[in-house]
Amino acid sequence: MAMTDRASPAIPRGGRIRARLSRDDVIMRASMVMIALYLLITLILPLYVMFSKAFTTNTFDLSQYEVQVSNEEGEFENPPVNLAVLNEKLGVFGPADLATSSDGRLPVTRLFPDFSFRSPVKYRIHGTTPDAAMLVGSALHKGTEWVELDSNTFRRVVLRPKKERGFENFRAYFSTPALFNSIENSLFIATVTTIITVLLAFGFAYALNRSCMRFKGAFRLIAMMPILVPSLLPGIALVYLFGNQGIFKELLMGESIYGPIGIIIGSVFFTFPHAFIIISTALAISDSRLYEAATALRASPWRIFWTVTIPGARYGLISAAFVVFNLVITDFGLPKVIGGQYNVLAVDIYKQVIGQQNFSMGAVVSVVLVVPAVIAFAIDRMMQGRQVAMLTSRSVPYQPKPNPKADRAWFLYSLMIAVFIVGILAMCQFAALVKFWPYDLSLSLRNYQFDLMDGGGWASYRNSLKLGILTAIAGTSVIFFGAYLVEKMKGFEWGRNIFQGMAMLPMAIPGMVLGLSYIFFFNNPDNPLRFLYGTLAILVISTVTHFYTVSHLTAVTALKQMDGEFESVAASLKQSQLKLFRRVTVPVSLPAILDISIYLFVNALTTVSAVVFLYSPDTTLASIAVLNMDDAGDIAPAAAMGMMIFYTNAGARILHAVLSKGILARTQAWRGR
Amino acid sequence: MKDIAETRESYLEIIGLWKMFGDFVALRDITLSIDEGEFVCFLGPSGCGKTTLLRAIAGLDIQTRGRIVQAGQDISDLPASARDFGIVFQSYALFPNLTIRRNIAFGLENIGLSREKIRQRVDELLDLVGLPDQGEKYPAQLSGGQQQRIALARAIAMSPGLLLLDEPLSALDAKVRVHLRHEVKELQRKLGVTTVMVTHDQEEALAMADRIVVMRDGVIEQIGPPTEIYREPRSLFVADFIGEMNQLAAVAEDGDAVRVGEVRLDSRQHDFKPGEQVIAAIRPDDLIPHEAGHKPDADSGNCLRVRLREMEFLGSFWRCSLGHQSLGGQMLIGDFSVNAARRLSLEEGGEMMIELPASRLMIFGRDESEDGDD
Repeated sequence: MAMTDRASPAIPRGGRIRARLSRDDVIMRASMVMIALYLLITLILPLYVMFSKAFTTNTFDLSQYEVQVSNEEGEFENPPVNLAVLNEKLGVFGPADLATSSDGRLPVTRLFPDFSFRSPVKYRIHGTTPDAAMLVGSALHKGTEWVELDSNTFRRVVLRPKKERGFENFRAYFSTPALFNSIENSLFIATVTTIITVLLAFGFAYALNRSCMRFKGAFRLIAMMPILVPSLLPGIALVYLFGNQGIFKELLMGESIYGPIGIIIGSVFFTFPHAFIIISTALAISDSRLYEAATALRASPWRIFWTVTIPGARYGLISAAFVVFNLVITDFGLPKVIGGQYNVLAVDIYKQVIGQQNFSMGAVVSVVLVVPAVIAFAIDRMMQGRQVAMLTSRSVPYQPKPNPKADRAWFLYSLMIAVFIVGILAMCQFAALVKFWPYDLSLSLRNYQFDLMDGGGWASYRNSLKLGILTAIAGTSVIFFGAYLVEKMKGFEWGRNIFQGMAMLPMAIPGMVLGLSYIFFFNNPDNPLRFLYGTLAILVISTVTHFYTVSHLTAVTALKQMDGEFESVAASLKQSQLKLFRRVTVPVSLPAILDISIYLFVNALTTVSAVVFLYSPDTTLASIAVLNMDDAGDIAPAAAMGMMIFYTNAGARILHAVLSKGILARTQAWRGR
Repeated sequence: MKDIAETRESYLEIIGLWKMFGDFVALRDITLSIDEGEFVCFLGPSGCGKTTLLRAIAGLDIQTRGRIVQAGQDISDLPASARDFGIVFQSYALFPNLTIRRNIAFGLENIGLSREKIRQRVDELLDLVGLPDQGEKYPAQLSGGQQQRIALARAIAMSPGLLLLDEPLSALDAKVRVHLRHEVKELQRKLGVTTVMVTHDQEEALAMADRIVVMRDGVIEQIGPPTEIYREPRSLFVADFIGEMNQLAAVAEDGDAVRVGEVRLDSRQHDFKPGEQVIAAIRPDDLIPHEAGHKPDADSGNCLRVRLREMEFLGSFWRCSLGHQSLGGQMLIGDFSVNAARRLSLEEGGEMMIELPASRLMIFGRDESEDGDD
């Protein structure tokens, strides 16, 4: 046995070992490619199509065509005229008429006021460039060759648009004040809401973590309630509270609730739990030894607050701020309900697409909306990473000491917040039960007869339940398995990195943008997947993709906590990774799996933004029904449906809690010693 | 059960193995042969490549270059699941949601064994690791030492040809560790399974291994039985890493001798030219103590009169710091039995004679010492 020489030998060339793949490796790689393909089709490609739409213009370029008109005998004596010249003279088409979509068709005869299809006059038309295209009936003519037609055929000539890439759409956008003013409005609403929500949530989280006040459990529960309802529900409550026939209308002193005030109050309501969770976590992990040290150094409580508490929670605060900012700027339901004439970006997308059928402008607004959303998302991710790094296993949790005076103050503060949250929900419930607001306040279930209203009736509710259950099952399976592959697969580094990047992307994409991109992608006649359009399946797909990131991160966190050598042990025992996955990974991760499914279920029931573009008459949803009934003036039934969503989600939550406890007790006996 | 003392055949051959992580070379041209039934320890400081080598043998992180032959079969490019080994990790890696029985039976379930056969085998294994009554418990209900025994039972359940142990005792308490060390060795001897263990604990390696492979920076420094590694280290690194070692800066002299400060000491045979800077090394327990008035014989010249600067009582022996002005300010450590200390009435501040047997005074090149004390 020769001892190796210390003098380092040179690295030999060639002879690299190419590891043979086991069956498991092949299965796992193939599965990951499948899930990556899913994300590619349901996220990357639609976004790509949408972005390219935003940078594409279709215009009728009249200067590309020349027409020669004969006399009554059919002899072409007059010289050919360029259509652009003709249009300039006659002023038939304005610039707005010439801007079109890729399907646009422009009848030529309108440029010829004397045209009559019975006249013996003949027409010759040709393009001046090889790209000039027109349809004669349904026959496509392209190029510079002359086409001679009689009058009867000439009336069937339509021009096809010219496609160009560039910033033309954006130029149009920024020269329309009605549109670009929304940027300022959106930023204003998001900024003000962020400041208010973060301050309120910080106080609330502080009270729960750092005081000895009573009823903490109840307060925590109440703080989470807004997650269970669509973001537009507080809008409806605000209409009843402060609207034209509102109870507290006078409190606004003449200001209207329809506008920024309403949007901000409602936004604070629906973003509150998100900010609260993040800040509460940040406060909960602080190290009590820092406080002991500060007290030992005789620092005043005020000084401790600014030198220990705030720095300890700073990443949480910043992260919460950007999460709230992102939620508000991308929200569509609330400003739709209570925004009045106050335009914001998300609603603009809706108006452009649904109201004006201007898809390219919708795409442009989407691009404008994606920019702040992506920035906010990136900053949030950075902060989350640092917050985690601050948590050391050796820190000692802080135990608050009773202080009757402060505890009472915190209790009153928390009570105020709780009254605000419960008040909004109670208002909705009350409005839903009242016979005829505000004239007949007796109670009835009349507003629950959804089948008598617009919005799809009870079928919408059943569709929502189906969507929720399917999303929870399909989404959890795909997302958890994908996370498992990324986390536990060997080698294939670059593939895993790409996958990880794709899994993070959905969080940065606003729902409205995702929904619109689906229209572009799935409603394209050339797409073999077009059959999905208008089905429940596409609603499930869009919802799973929309909420992919948070679920993925939950799964990854749970998997990271598992011993990294399980896979090695299984391989040494000649057992397949799939058996290990089934027998060990899934049972051990069950709490996380249940968390992911309830998250997907609740969001499937409350989301409006992505699905508003994708539902069909057969697949209306409860959340959409709230929107549409409100739009049609059936506000009380809208409130009733909104509360149905609330009770369903609350029930699902309770079921989830019971199930978690039951399953954990039965299958996870090993957890307790 | 085969008699391991009989003919030993090479079971595992590692030939010219390289492992690169980007530009970093984790294993550099490792060649090694392990006999059937042998217990080999890979020993070295963290980052020396010992775990990388183990994982390459297992096929968990396949080497960049080089071949591995197990039982005559080239397994260089096989995935872990196609190789024949059992493995035990520092973290035990027991499946937390399965009972002890199901953990042990995990690999036995789909190889065509009847339910009854599996039950018997599991019972047998539980007996073997001395935990016959713990089968229905979950891993979290057992102590660390017990969990590691279960992990061992699971690893040998399918009677693998090769047992790989990745720092199996490092997570345990000192007492349990010493106890389990003995049991693992016993079990290995009983089964006669070829075993490779990775450890950074030299005591563990010395106590358990038939042969030790000392590694450093991705290279094998020395291979040999524990006594040889201890008595005949081939480099200053090995000498220093295993056990205690006095190191004195010295200059080589003619005919197997060196000069330390003003003193000429006879040493082992060495190939250094006179005047070359070297390190003279001797283990503290190789110093022979004499009373201060001892008259050295003519042929054992390496006697020094030293002052006892400090004495530290370590239970079975005294560790003494010894100074001598002619050593140029360098200190020596000597380990003397309690008996000897009493006989020579050693005390701090007193004087004594020590003898440095020439046969125990090893000479190494100086440049090695610089990166030797990391």
